Amino acid sequence: MLDDKDRIFRNLYGFQGWQVDAARKRGDWDGTAKLMANGPDWIVEQIKAAGLRGRGGAGFPAGVKWGFMPKQPDPARPNTLVINADESEPGTCKDREIMRHEPHKLIEGALLAGFAMRAPHAYIYIRGEYQAEARRLQAAIDEAYDKGLLGKNAAKSGYDFDLYLHQGAGAYICGEETALLESLEGNKGQPRIKPPFPANVGVWGYPTTVNNVETIAVVPTILRRGATWFTSFGRERNAGTKIFCISGHVERPCNVEEAMSIPLKELIERHAGGVRGGWDNLLAVIPGGSSVPCIPKSVCDDVLMDFDALKEVQSGLGTAAVIVMDKSTDIVRAIARISYFYKHESCGQCTPCREGAGWMWRVVNRMAEGRSSREEIDMLWDVSKQVEGHTICALGDAAAWPVQGLIRHFRDEIERRIDHYTAASAVAAE
Amino acid sequence: MPKLTVNDIEVEVEPGTTVLQACEEAGFEIPRFCYHERLSIAGNCRMCLVEMENSPKPIASCAITAADGMTIRTNTEMVKKAREGVLEFLLINHPLDCPICDQGGECDLQDETMAYGLGTNRFAENKRAVTEKHMGPLIKTIMTRCIHCTRCIRFAEEVAGVTELGAIYRGEDTQITTYLEHAMKSELQGNVIDLCPVGALTSKPYAFTARSWELTKTPSVDVMDAVGSSIRVDSRGTEVMRILPRLNEAVNEEWISDKTRFAYDGLKYRRLDRPYVNKNGALTAVTWAEAFTAIAERLKGLKGSDIAAIMGDLNDVEGMAACRDLLAALGSDKVEGRPDGTKLESGVRAGYLFNTGIEGIEQADLCLLVGTDPRHEASIINARLLKATRHSGLKVAHIGPEADLTYPVEELGDDAAILTQIRQGKHPFSKRLEAAERPMIIVGQGALVRDDGAEILKRARDLAEKYGLVRDDWNGFNVLHTAAARVGALDLGLTTPEGAAGLLDAAESGGVKALFLMGTDEVDLSRAAKAFTVYIGSHGDAGLKAADVILPAAAYTEKNGLYVNTEGRVVEGFRAVSPPGEAREDWKILRALSEVMGHKLPYDNQTQLRQAIYERCPHMAVLEEKPTAEWGEFGAQGTVEAGPIAPVVTDFYRTNPIARASKTMAECSALKYGAADEQGATGTDG
Repeated sequence: MLDDKDRIFRNLYGFQGWQVDAARKRGDWDGTAKLMANGPDWIVEQIKAAGLRGRGGAGFPAGVKWGFMPKQPDPARPNTLVINADESEPGTCKDREIMRHEPHKLIEGALLAGFAMRAPHAYIYIRGEYQAEARRLQAAIDEAYDKGLLGKNAAKSGYDFDLYLHQGAGAYICGEETALLESLEGNKGQPRIKPPFPANVGVWGYPTTVNNVETIAVVPTILRRGATWFTSFGRERNAGTKIFCISGHVERPCNVEEAMSIPLKELIERHAGGVRGGWDNLLAVIPGGSSVPCIPKSVCDDVLMDFDALKEVQSGLGTAAVIVMDKSTDIVRAIARISYFYKHESCGQCTPCREGAGWMWRVVNRMAEGRSSREEIDMLWDVSKQVEGHTICALGDAAAWPVQGLIRHFRDEIERRIDHYTAASAVAAE
Repeated sequence: MPKLTVNDIEVEVEPGTTVLQACEEAGFEIPRFCYHERLSIAGNCRMCLVEMENSPKPIASCAITAADGMTIRTNTEMVKKAREGVLEFLLINHPLDCPICDQGGECDLQDETMAYGLGTNRFAENKRAVTEKHMGPLIKTIMTRCIHCTRCIRFAEEVAGVTELGAIYRGEDTQITTYLEHAMKSELQGNVIDLCPVGALTSKPYAFTARSWELTKTPSVDVMDAVGSSIRVDSRGTEVMRILPRLNEAVNEEWISDKTRFAYDGLKYRRLDRPYVNKNGALTAVTWAEAFTAIAERLKGLKGSDIAAIMGDLNDVEGMAACRDLLAALGSDKVEGRPDGTKLESGVRAGYLFNTGIEGIEQADLCLLVGTDPRHEASIINARLLKATRHSGLKVAHIGPEADLTYPVEELGDDAAILTQIRQGKHPFSKRLEAAERPMIIVGQGALVRDDGAEILKRARDLAEKYGLVRDDWNGFNVLHTAAARVGALDLGLTTPEGAAGLLDAAESGGVKALFLMGTDEVDLSRAAKAFTVYIGSHGDAGLKAADVILPAAAYTEKNGLYVNTEGRVVEGFRAVSPPGEAREDWKILRALSEVMGHKLPYDNQTQLRQAIYERCPHMAVLEEKPTAEWGEFGAQGTVEAGPIAPVVTDFYRTNPIARASKTMAECSALKYGAADEQGATGTDG
């Protein structure tokens, strides 16, 4: 179990204050200028050495991403940091807690990351539903400006840095980095085609890096405690600590910061009080937010919670939102609900996702009743494969994966329902 | 230049070429819906997916720039599956009402489904239905058919310059609509019908009138303005069913204006289909022979100087040349080709041509518009100006009444005197002209029809010389014409010292006793009441109110004819349908008349006539080429009066007799200008 002294987010539960004074007691804003005195490249190197992978779901190494930014920015096209606080993935609520209780970690991280990528400014794009969080975060930003931690000569580092908060209007797709940039520009939130990647042409055409709230918020601590400290947690290539959001059929749903690569079973039993009715009552777990395929109990027994281990079992760490489902769950119904979510949130721009998400939802919905046929399961699989990988952004994949997970692990359950329904309707017909 | 391999074939392409274009260059067709050469890349239909080495997923070939060393495959199982998948998705919510769809037979979705589709249907759910959208009198919508390629949105935004189309809602509920379902307010909106790859946006006037495969397609040119857009006339029997653009990079690319596209129903109404003679105040139908005899009798004994002719706006070169020859045979040189009173003179060709060329606009960096509203005088040229402002950094300034040209324009005021200030270097704009590398000036008829038009022309000419608009490699001096016949008339030298207004004065005072009107409908002919007037034209429009003899002529779709566009480019129109009733080509009428009058013109067919024209104007023999005209002296020395320049086109949709006879154009006009159709019936309409 992660030692308390190794926790980055000491106020994850809000037992202490969120204001700058309380944050300073937790070590925030301590020697920020000194860290910056090491120069931007040092910061990037540290983050690379720490092996920090993006915490938003895709798990791209943050330091490498920062390295794509121009080293000599054109003053007319300043480098820009955009922080993705559009946390909309069902099951995920980690960024919310950071913004509520540890906003200064995020703000300091923004300054350090912005400095590292030679950006004179950063934008935080927060989801529209986070009204209270937006007010809290804005208050913290105002506070930081008041204390001279942002603005001209930010934190007495000699670097001028501005931080802006922008509220979205509540669309899942605006959490996709390029759709977020479109939305930030005031356009309809639809993903852009890549290339060009944001690091070349991002928001308003500026070179842009988009990072998740958690990715940015852990930066100051990594710089203070060193890359080796960070890499001491988790397996190789899956370094560090991570906030897990455990929800569903557990005794005590919670957010908890743990070391990467912790076994799933240990995570659930130690922090969430175990599965309702005991481990043997477990049906399946969606380990990384609603978009990743579910894994059945047999896999959950010994899987580790990190990017590579979950990829091996054909799922993903995603946002590390662990959704636990016990045997009382109607798994087909549950996946049908997730399918509906993706159908509802598809932006409608490109064909496979626009048409495929609705199709898959309709079929899974019928399967939940059993109103289907065995052949249709293969067709559904085929349709999900036609969506996956053929779209502009990853929402198409996100719509396809839960369905694929369902068919991969619970095909017998679907077949049972189909047979039952067919038999029942045959009786009714007689 | 990047070299890449497509299906083992190596191709070298221009930098910036997309993978899709590279594949086409290698000879492999890539199916597509959203991609269009002239629009920005959307990459949303996913039909053009191809396999790229080292990429786990197929890539959208339209959106990826070809790079050195790429290995592309378009014939693998992965690509085939991807195409089938996309087509299946497009079809699940597509109504498959092809038998009643106007796009049937020329539908991208149909064609590509035939070529790449799965051929079966696995979709067991209900199909989506979408409510129709109102887009005005020209575009009919059946939005259930829409495949959300967004070509129409991108066209409106990027080419037409109006941000009126957009997508509302999201996911499978996405709908394309105009803002609050207002009618589109663009002169180029009809092009979205061609762009729409399915039958979601179709032509309202053409709806359910014909199937594309039963139409006879005749390549021709447009006469609605002086651009000379390349068009295709689709006809069935004796009726023009629709008009479409023809690709012509140098002129209209692949766009045409709505007037070009939709005024064709005017070819059916108010047509003159037999000769008439005014007998005791009543127009009486007569035979050709009777009409010719009547003219011959009335002209007998008149001196050459008693006879004059005024051309119209839509004449072909042959008709005007025959008219000139006939009057010459009668001893008159009073043939006026400038009914609008423009002060341009024939002679120095560079003095009345659009010398930069329509394509040349894209090389210019600064453009001064003088007394012209290109959006309404030549919508296609306006689209080029817009394109240049977007892509090559052209800046536009305007002297004349303020107008919304769809791109940013620096309004300098509407006073003609500003031109003098600029020429003298006393205006802030002078500095800009000096600094510009390839500046151009476009002088419009709004400035040239003023009494001091010739002086304005001279000012513009001097300005062009002073600021280096005319160099060996660049001619930035342009005159924008509004009528298809005008440049041809000037080339033929059809100018008189007194001008059209002078001829009418003479007709009023008795100096001119007989007047030939060649489809002359844009001048006040009540002043010609005292003279004997012969009206040769296609439509019962303003021109025949004062006519003593009416001779029915063929319209532009009913004859072969040469036209010279505002650039000086000679273009040829072809006969798509027969003229109605007894109507004939202008030149044939004049040739027949000449025989009755005893001055037989020396040509028996169009080839001989053209030969005669070529002898006097050798440049007419060179078709489809933008000439480089010799620079020289033109315009008149004198003072330019201070005072506002008035617009020449006040109703875009009703600038000529064909458009005025069109019900579609009347509807558009009423919508845009709020004016009802006030023109009285002539008895020949409908």
